[in-house]
Amino acid sequence: MNRDGTRGGGRTLAAVDPAPAEAGSRAALRQWFHGEHGVAPIVVGLALVWVVLAAIEPDFLSAENLVNLTLQSVPVGVIALGVVLVLLVGQIDLSVGSVSGLAAAIVAVGTVTAGWPFAVGVLVALACGLAVGLVYGVLSTRLGLPSFVITLAGLLFFAGVQLRVLGPLGSINLPFESWFVRAIQQGFLEPGVAWALVAVWILAYLGMQVWVRERRRRADLSCVPWSQIALRTGALALVLAAAVGYLSTARGVGYSVVLFVVLVIVADVALRRTRWGRSVRAVGSDRRAALLSGVAVHRTVISCFMACSTLAALGGILAAGRLGAANQGTGGADTYLTAIAAAVIGGTSLFGGRGSAWSALLGVLVIQSVANGLTLLDLDQATRFMVTGAVLLGAIIVDMLVRRRRQEA
Amino acid sequence: MREPTEPGPTPLRATAAPAGPGGASPRASSASAEPGSTLPRVSSAPVVSLRGVSKRFGGVRALVDVDVDVHEHEVLAVVGDNGAGKSTLAGVLAGAHRPDSGQVLVDGVPVVLDSPAAARALGIATVFQELALVNDLDVVENLFLGHEVGSGVFLDEVEMERRAWQVLDQLAASVPSVRDPVRTLSGGQRQVIAVARALLGSPRVVVLDEPTASLGVRQTAEVLNLITRLRARGHAVVLISHQAGDLQAVADRILVLRLGRVHGAYTGETSYEDLLAAMTGAVRPGSGTPMKADQARGSGTGR
Repeated sequence: MNRDGTRGGGRTLAAVDPAPAEAGSRAALRQWFHGEHGVAPIVVGLALVWVVLAAIEPDFLSAENLVNLTLQSVPVGVIALGVVLVLLVGQIDLSVGSVSGLAAAIVAVGTVTAGWPFAVGVLVALACGLAVGLVYGVLSTRLGLPSFVITLAGLLFFAGVQLRVLGPLGSINLPFESWFVRAIQQGFLEPGVAWALVAVWILAYLGMQVWVRERRRRADLSCVPWSQIALRTGALALVLAAAVGYLSTARGVGYSVVLFVVLVIVADVALRRTRWGRSVRAVGSDRRAALLSGVAVHRTVISCFMACSTLAALGGILAAGRLGAANQGTGGADTYLTAIAAAVIGGTSLFGGRGSAWSALLGVLVIQSVANGLTLLDLDQATRFMVTGAVLLGAIIVDMLVRRRRQEA
Repeated sequence: MREPTEPGPTPLRATAAPAGPGGASPRASSASAEPGSTLPRVSSAPVVSLRGVSKRFGGVRALVDVDVDVHEHEVLAVVGDNGAGKSTLAGVLAGAHRPDSGQVLVDGVPVVLDSPAAARALGIATVFQELALVNDLDVVENLFLGHEVGSGVFLDEVEMERRAWQVLDQLAASVPSVRDPVRTLSGGQRQVIAVARALLGSPRVVVLDEPTASLGVRQTAEVLNLITRLRARGHAVVLISHQAGDLQAVADRILVLRLGRVHGAYTGETSYEDLLAAMTGAVRPGSGTPMKADQARGSGTGR
């Protein structure tokens, strides 16, 4: 959400022309909308979906339903975050659904049938995800196989492995009283803790901007006007306070939701502030140029596949915890399509190099809002698929129009 | 490419009298270095040498048994017709192509240049003809791609931006913002970014593959100016070019490639007619008139 937080907009323009603060914030607004990683279209789209659903079914915006919406979004959202990473590096992973189902099966069979502690089951499942990604990465980089085909094979293969692991029963219930299931189904932050986390986030965000501004001032580089820092911090504080305040009138913010948001923040920082993240965007944008510049292309691609499969496994585990069971349907059917659609709706390019970790969160909120709203309206699966498809198409069209305008500008 | 609309003579004069620190006129310096000599001057032990290097792509023999020495304080120009193997030679030095046979020596020690990173680590920086810039990244990100500045796992954007402005100021580059994606820059600006990136690691050898081919008059002058400054600072410069103006302005030695073979080494004073003859294999002295016309055209456009 804060893609432009510490760079871009006003500073870029101020480099040429130290404009007054007012013009600077207008430029920032424009940058925010048309910028390299503009999240504005998707935020507007999400607002639109919510307004329409709330107009038809006022219950959609009830605090209780929004709590449900956040909990529903987590498993697919975590998978979509992994998809964002492989898309950024210019690859694709179609097998995320199967891998998540396999991970759920491993946790269920390991802990219920074989009697492992939960932590062990979770670690084994995550390690499997890591290994799957390593295999994809090596096949893709060493043999030069297209990732579409490798992961299509993986989709089929691991769906089979999932069925074999689950065995003839096909469904295993997780013990309802285990800490794992309880944490995911009933674990919510105390309001005090939630507000403390919000305060920490806002202060860290503000402190980071002030620190960067001060360092830039000392290095004699152009600085963001204070008004812009205040504006951005205020906007973030408003969004967070509204979300936490409203959700707290019902059950509150779930532990799994916190985990998802933390993962998104970590991925966002890693993508924007580390060598690895820079390599990912460079490889995804122009693989040959990245290679000639001395980027470790193979290692970067492999790491993205590994991160994606591991996050897919984590998504499957969270889905199993939410359902209280692992079955043949976990991670099946449209899971992988939903996750890829969420990443793309959120503004990550299918062609590599462009996108942000936040697109996973925003994209999955759009898709789950539609699903949730249509369920409230008692509409069937058929309508859900059709509407989601239409939203995906709409999102890509909007993205294309924005991008074209930006290139003409 | 925005520059050529400006009136011709003024920017050209800028080449003839570079204002840079340490910049005597390029012609003057190469003339004083080789007074009347017909053989290439060898001032010191070579930094980089190729010995018997051959490279083939399928059935095409791009380089055949090539020997090259590159010295400090020297601009070595490599010329040749299309398909003569110039870019392959640049690729070998850059670590992008591995020779099929032959040796690459750095300070007399055989080395393996199996990746651009390896070449860079040995002090050889290359500006490719295709520039190898990543369009979606901004100027700073491109300049430091592959060797970012940072502490721990995090990048130091402020330091990188500061150094970016520093190196761009040295090149007198007119880049509107270092935070714009390079996709939005003009051809000349992109070339300057690519050269700037090569200089950031303080390399000993700078390989420039057709650096002025896409530049306007003034930017060409700036790049040539820059080349003489690199030489003054002690760098070895390998300039791959077929622009007559480039060679006459800055080259100390000229290596002629034809069909993958070294076809002779010449001094910077060698007339373009003689070079053309060596490049094309046409040694008949009677063919002077069309070549003169060619040369006139070449220098007239400042290329």
